[in-house]
Amino acid sequence: MKTYLNLIGAAILITLWGCGNNGGSDKKGAMSNAKAAEKVYVAPGEYDEFYAFMSGGFSGQLSVYGLPSGRLLKVIPVFSQDAEKGYGYNEETIPMLNTSYGFVPWDDAHHPELSQTDGVPDGRWIFINGNNTPRIARIDLTTFETTEIVEIPNSGGNHSSPFITENSEYVVAGTRFSVPFPQKDVAISSYKENFKGSISYIRADEPGKMDVAFQILVPGFDYDLAHSGKGKSHGWTFFTTYNSEESYTLKEVNASQNDKDFIAAVNWKKAEEYLAQGKAKEMPADYMHNYYDEETHMATSTKKKSVKVLIPSECPGMIYYLPTPKSPHGVDVDPTGEYIVGNGKLSADLTVHSFDKMIKAIENEAFDTEIDGIPVLKFEDVVIGTVQSGGLGPLHTEFDGKGNAYTTFFISSEVVKWKLGTWEVIDRAPCYYSVGHLMIPGGDSRKPWGKYLVALNKITKDRYLPTGPEMNHSAQLYDISGEKMELLLDFPTIGEPHYAQAIAADVVMKNSKKIYPIEHNKHPHAIKKESEAKVVREGNVVRIYMTSIRSHFNPDNIEGIKVGDKVYFHLTNLEQDWDTPHGLSVMGARNAELLVMPGQTETLLWEPQRPGIYPFYCTDFCSALHQEMQGYIRVSEAGANVPIKWSLGED
Amino acid sequence: MYVRLKYLIALLTLPLLIVACGGGEEKEKKTLPPPKHASESSAAAKPGDPMKDWKNNKGIGPVKSLALGEIDPKMAEEGKVIYEELCTACHKIDKKFIGPAPKGILDRRTPEWIMNMILNPEEMIQKDPIAKQLLMEANGAPMANQNLTEDQARKVLEYFRTL
Repeated sequence: MKTYLNLIGAAILITLWGCGNNGGSDKKGAMSNAKAAEKVYVAPGEYDEFYAFMSGGFSGQLSVYGLPSGRLLKVIPVFSQDAEKGYGYNEETIPMLNTSYGFVPWDDAHHPELSQTDGVPDGRWIFINGNNTPRIARIDLTTFETTEIVEIPNSGGNHSSPFITENSEYVVAGTRFSVPFPQKDVAISSYKENFKGSISYIRADEPGKMDVAFQILVPGFDYDLAHSGKGKSHGWTFFTTYNSEESYTLKEVNASQNDKDFIAAVNWKKAEEYLAQGKAKEMPADYMHNYYDEETHMATSTKKKSVKVLIPSECPGMIYYLPTPKSPHGVDVDPTGEYIVGNGKLSADLTVHSFDKMIKAIENEAFDTEIDGIPVLKFEDVVIGTVQSGGLGPLHTEFDGKGNAYTTFFISSEVVKWKLGTWEVIDRAPCYYSVGHLMIPGGDSRKPWGKYLVALNKITKDRYLPTGPEMNHSAQLYDISGEKMELLLDFPTIGEPHYAQAIAADVVMKNSKKIYPIEHNKHPHAIKKESEAKVVREGNVVRIYMTSIRSHFNPDNIEGIKVGDKVYFHLTNLEQDWDTPHGLSVMGARNAELLVMPGQTETLLWEPQRPGIYPFYCTDFCSALHQEMQGYIRVSEAGANVPIKWSLGED
Repeated sequence: MYVRLKYLIALLTLPLLIVACGGGEEKEKKTLPPPKHASESSAAAKPGDPMKDWKNNKGIGPVKSLALGEIDPKMAEEGKVIYEELCTACHKIDKKFIGPAPKGILDRRTPEWIMNMILNPEEMIQKDPIAKQLLMEANGAPMANQNLTEDQARKVLEYFRTL
């Protein structure tokens, strides 16, 4: 009989194993695998519920994932060259990466931020900051292309950015590393005397018009993160600071001495008043504004030469400091706009300030002290609650719109769910491993879609098949629709997704463009029909006006090119159907391919080095005759007399 | 007794199998999209030359019936501009290029078929017997959907009548 029972047991085990249900392992951490799988399964041909935009971190790009499936939908090049799409390689997009330092092919992208209307993500654009060479980019969500980049002057690292205001009036930029303002050659040890911080407001509500509206000169602390107010606190932005010690070396020790640093509360509507009154100083500054025009299909880079600067001591009521323990990292404003959460990363507790209390304290003018003309409010006058969770290293908080907040703890590697108002801890879930930011779709807005939470982890280690010393960072998806958080899925991401934002799919997908109408193409070198195809020599510059359509280039035979020429392929894709790009590559070209969308024109520069015959071909499999979509260029010696000639077919 | 117990084990484990795997299967059944070319049977598509029957073939697409009157020169002129911009990459007026020449096309195709081929080429080359044969003659180069409006396609047709 015992044998038979063993047999039954074995049969049950086999049954479970047969369906891949090996859940229950502590390492994996997910709920019953079958149940979790069902929640993230998006059947073939069906769509995800959310678009998630994850920063690419040190890849400089922005990746787009579907939730809940965790499927990668697209990588949008922003601050780094992308050979796959020709971004930053073709002549049209090279100006997008222009800075006051010249062409910079890379950056470190941190915080995606969706445009908002009335404090709700509206799906028009998404912005992201470049941390290293301070910049902010706009990505148009009808095309999923980077269309605008503005450089931030007087900044030594743009980390607390872009964190948009409620109606996309501004994106903001607080300098992470203070530097002399304006820049000058000084001893580093003169930090306290010469180094300053800056907080910038950049106009964001009109494409093509991104500009630094004004900067506020602030003490030389490190401005770490930010969030703009909403609802009642609309008109304010809150910036965390650390290094209020103003140290400049061995910061891991020296910038962590004070029990409290500050959250800077900026009344930007007040700043606008001072600006209108002419209180700003016009200061020289070198920075670039780059804009990609969807009709000319070209970017232009414009140099800006000055910036308007407001000085706090001359502008009372514009900025205050809220003491906050301890080296606060994220600062997050709840959906009502009342609670301002300071995630003191070296503290065990979270500090929650009240907007109403802050306003009252300002009205009472009971200031603790003043730093460079900035009144410091009393801690007890602004704090309304402390969350004592027992976690270690709180970094970031988002909200579900149902009265709950979720905070990541880096050191104890977990997400803690707590209740706004009572500050009690409701639940905690482990992260694998060492979570940084977290994201709830709409979770920093007035109306979160409080169904999922994504933890963006810094350490991967054993989560996936090993891929050598370097592994992609892991993201983890939790179901937060119930009382308890439930881990559903983890998936690898690109670069380091610091922050992410997500939005309901229907808000974005209905506006997604399928083609660029050829009749709107205003590219100066576009040709709209094959009869206009031609090759023109002007000195050593040769321009090839070329078209593509399934499955040929016109022209496909070109002669008369010489070594030493600068050859520009101006390729117009005549297709007018969704998802029919054509690529173009030329043997030996030292940049990248072109990848031209329907109705678009792009330009590849080729400088042939040796005489001979050079094939070019379509790189994006386009049709049954894709392999035939190819041509030849003849390159002759520098002094040769071969005339310019082009053709397609034999007549 | 031994034999009976074996059956018993089988009976006990069977429902477990169903419980453990059943939910997923059911969901799959519900959410899988229907096969896209269900009724298509390529083997049966050789009843003779489809071109012979062109007068009765209106094609597949939005245009069900179209009566042609006098040629409207203004429409034809507008159609010529559209044709030159969107079609000449593959069609030359009087000789086969990538695709067939439009000259004399109204002696070979119905007006409805022409417009449906412009407006709905993806479905036409999969299902319409003439379009399928033309695809083979073009070595598999598909008619591109250039996203013309019905009005634009009508003008192009008018232009074809003048050729």
